[in-house]
Amino acid sequence: MSRPRIATVWLDGCSGCHMSFIDLDERLLEVFERADLVYSPLVDHKEYPEDVDVCLVEGAVSSEEDLHKLKVIRERTKVLVAFGDCAVTSNVPGMRNPIGVRPLLERAYVENVTINPGVPTEIVPALLPTSVPVHTVVRVDVFLPGCPPSADLIFTLLTDLLDGRVPDVAGARFGR
Amino acid sequence: MSTVHTLRIDGKDVAGSDGATILEVARENGIDIPTMCHLDGISDRGACRLCMVEIAGSPKLAPACMTRVAEGMEVTAHSERLLEYRRAITEMLFVERNHVCAVCVANNHCELQDLAEDLGVTHFDLPRINPKVEVDASHPLFAIDHNRCILCLRCVRVCDEIEGAHTWDIMHRGLDTRVQTDMGLAWGDSPTCTSCGKCVQVCPTGALFEKGRAVARGTRRPRPFLPWMRVVAEERGL
Ligand code: SF4
Ligand code: SF4
Ligand code: SF4
Ligand code: FES
Repeated sequence: MSRPRIATVWLDGCSGCHMSFIDLDERLLEVFERADLVYSPLVDHKEYPEDVDVCLVEGAVSSEEDLHKLKVIRERTKVLVAFGDCAVTSNVPGMRNPIGVRPLLERAYVENVTINPGVPTEIVPALLPTSVPVHTVVRVDVFLPGCPPSADLIFTLLTDLLDGRVPDVAGARFGR
Repeated sequence: MSTVHTLRIDGKDVAGSDGATILEVARENGIDIPTMCHLDGISDRGACRLCMVEIAGSPKLAPACMTRVAEGMEVTAHSERLLEYRRAITEMLFVERNHVCAVCVANNHCELQDLAEDLGVTHFDLPRINPKVEVDASHPLFAIDHNRCILCLRCVRVCDEIEGAHTWDIMHRGLDTRVQTDMGLAWGDSPTCTSCGKCVQVCPTGALFEKGRAVARGTRRPRPFLPWMRVVAEERGL
């Protein structure tokens, strides 16, 4: 049997969930004795590969780019995990939702700016009308709430998945 | 002389005195029913519907906090159906406002977070409403962030029944419902508020908080004055 392929993705989040993932410390070795990390902000792959077994998605879906990436990820992934509160509820990125994109960008790029005020239209991807949870855009197989989820929870989740069990996320809760 | 009724809750034989609620008798017997608007020491309103139970022979669900025990009652406090409803209610409590636990004063000691964890609510199938709601920070000591209010109305009851000030009340209907101080006056301009802090103490979420408290640093538990509140409430027959 080929080795399981794990990926992690960073959409609109603060990278705190990835920090918690790194907090697995020596247990990272345990996980990657049994599996390969094929795509992640922590490794240098540009393209999301085919045939990924487990993908941890951190962050809300906030821009056209997030949306596009996520659709590709879903197509190429067996088990997609909504990883942390931003992915699960849209959390802090979602705080802009009641404000609306126009007033938000005006505030950030025009009202509070003295040099070259103007809303950027190139290079940065366009924002979606609201920042939304991952499962509102693509099917999610496992939810792991937490801001961030603890390293223990991440470890349990990954070992459960590698052992072919339904992951036990008891003890996971919103916030921390 | 009070009459004692015998009944069954989740198959367990229990006894409760006349006038006791299903919730009281269940808790005395170690059967936990989730609640949110109920708080020992103040009157019950039946506002949150989390404590709904099935009673044999009745087609309707009944709120355990508001329903008196009766002789021979067969109560089901836990079933697949009730769990499903309780989860749905929990979701609604979250999506009706804007809960961002990561930046909330009540983070990690919030009864709404506890509830979600206890019921295994890991995400929301209902869409977020993203309502635009206010924060009133005009009071010198306290503030209310309506983004986190679940309309349990504990603040309204404690202020009226225990402090006797009746600063809080509710206004509007449905999704627009808000708790408000003195007919919509800013809290800081309230002529009735004594600044006792009881409402802040009883709020299950981060909606009411003491100013100057950082994220996750609000005071909630223990509620040291509650035993005293209970005595006052009993004296007043609440
Ligand atoms: S009130 Fe509770 S559930 Fe709401 S944001 Fe604060 S900690 Fe989270
Ligand atoms: S501080 Fe006391 S008097 Fe003022 S609103 Fe709260 S409970 Fe009422
Ligand atoms: S402010 Fe707090 S105590 Fe008052 S209704 Fe809202 S959640 Fe309940
Ligand atoms: S606790 Fe009974 S309805 Fe809220």
